[in-house]
Amino acid sequence: MSQVRVLVGTRKGAFILTADGKREHWEVSGPHFAGWELYHLKGSPADPNRLYASQSSGWFGQLIQRSDDGGKTWEPVGNKFEYDGIPGTHQWYDGTAHPWEFKRVWHLEPSLTDPDVVYAGIEDAALFRSSDAGQTWQELSGLRGHGSGPGWQPGAGGMCLHTIILDPTDPARIFIAISAAGAFRSDDGGKTWQPINKGLYSKYIPNPTAEVGHCVHHVAMHPSRPGVLFMQKHWDVMRSDDAGDSWREISGNLPTDFGFVIDVHAHEPETIYVVPIKSDSEHYVHEGKLRVFRSRSGGNEWEPLTNGLPQSNCYVNVLRDAMAVDKLDECGVYFGTSGGQVYVSPDAGDTWSPIVRDLPAVLSVEVQTLA
Amino acid sequence: MIRIVLPYHLRVLAHVGSEVELDVERPVTQCSVLDALEARYPMLRGTIRDQSTQQRRAFLRFFACERDLSHEPADTPLPDRVVSGHEPLIILGAIAGG
Repeated sequence: MSQVRVLVGTRKGAFILTADGKREHWEVSGPHFAGWELYHLKGSPADPNRLYASQSSGWFGQLIQRSDDGGKTWEPVGNKFEYDGIPGTHQWYDGTAHPWEFKRVWHLEPSLTDPDVVYAGIEDAALFRSSDAGQTWQELSGLRGHGSGPGWQPGAGGMCLHTIILDPTDPARIFIAISAAGAFRSDDGGKTWQPINKGLYSKYIPNPTAEVGHCVHHVAMHPSRPGVLFMQKHWDVMRSDDAGDSWREISGNLPTDFGFVIDVHAHEPETIYVVPIKSDSEHYVHEGKLRVFRSRSGGNEWEPLTNGLPQSNCYVNVLRDAMAVDKLDECGVYFGTSGGQVYVSPDAGDTWSPIVRDLPAVLSVEVQTLA
Repeated sequence: MIRIVLPYHLRVLAHVGSEVELDVERPVTQCSVLDALEARYPMLRGTIRDQSTQQRRAFLRFFACERDLSHEPADTPLPDRVVSGHEPLIILGAIAGG
């Protein structure tokens, strides 16, 4: 009997939600690491019982936790993230040079093939890799050492590396995204990097078509078509059909194209999901209605999905890592809100119901499909 | 024996009670106490002081004998009553946040 395990990171701890393949009756475990911020948890595709979690606090800094039994027990592992060499400076909000400083881990991306290999995207933006199950971490400094690094500037949420995508067909290819530097690609396992922002237009930077400086909020890929990328930018929903070499806008009929999350159906590479947010000044859903928008044509034509979601007086946000899909025959879609709800749709978005309603603000949602 | 009082979240993390007792070689300083604490409880590394710079985390304070020792150099000997075990070294989290 198939099972799904949903890993939820919140402002005040982690929660693990499990159900069978029907996704009707849920068991809730948690809070794990009660009182701490859990920016992200993710399971290894190579060993589903191996989970990694980013646990942090303004008081006590960063911890990384690892579970080898599917989240029943956890063990703190290495939390020393030291930039390679002399870190240098990036730009601060006011344009002055600011030393690179480690603040927290935003995203953990386990290897597709080796449960002991995991990548960490951190603030201030850098990419780290561990090959010993999180005990030690080494920076892939070619990214930060890219010539544009000293010109990177933080977004309002900090200068975070929040998206890491590993190409299932090419182990040497990695995509990452940084707020507010943009998207980058490595074709040599992370040694060297190139910005992939051609086609992005951001009117809030001096040169709207600059090579770097774009506030990319999230990027998604379907594993069967690793050359096709979908992006939710600060404003604009974008698509690339050439692994990021060029982008075109696919916002189409969305009521607003500001947002954070974007994800792809598990079995339909042209079916994508976003949750439009009113604006960069008002971080909540448009018109007080919580609506997921689905495109079945790879963008431009979007339909609102509302069945089971509040359609009045709703003012929540859905953050960049807070949507995921499962791989069951009928694809399940999940997202968590700043109001502490985690919703599931067991039918690809047609109907929704809350798994939990009253968690702390949700920072991240990942789902594991278990045999 | 040096007595150390940890903030709640670090007690949970280290699986310890309200006080930790440690043998620390003399001279007993903030630095030597934290070295001994982290050696006994490795999960605390990085939570009280930065692992690279060894700087105290900004939202933590070190109190003992009704004094704030937070800004003392890390190699300053701790008060005699802490060294003798009559008073604990209190590591306190700022009362702030939501």
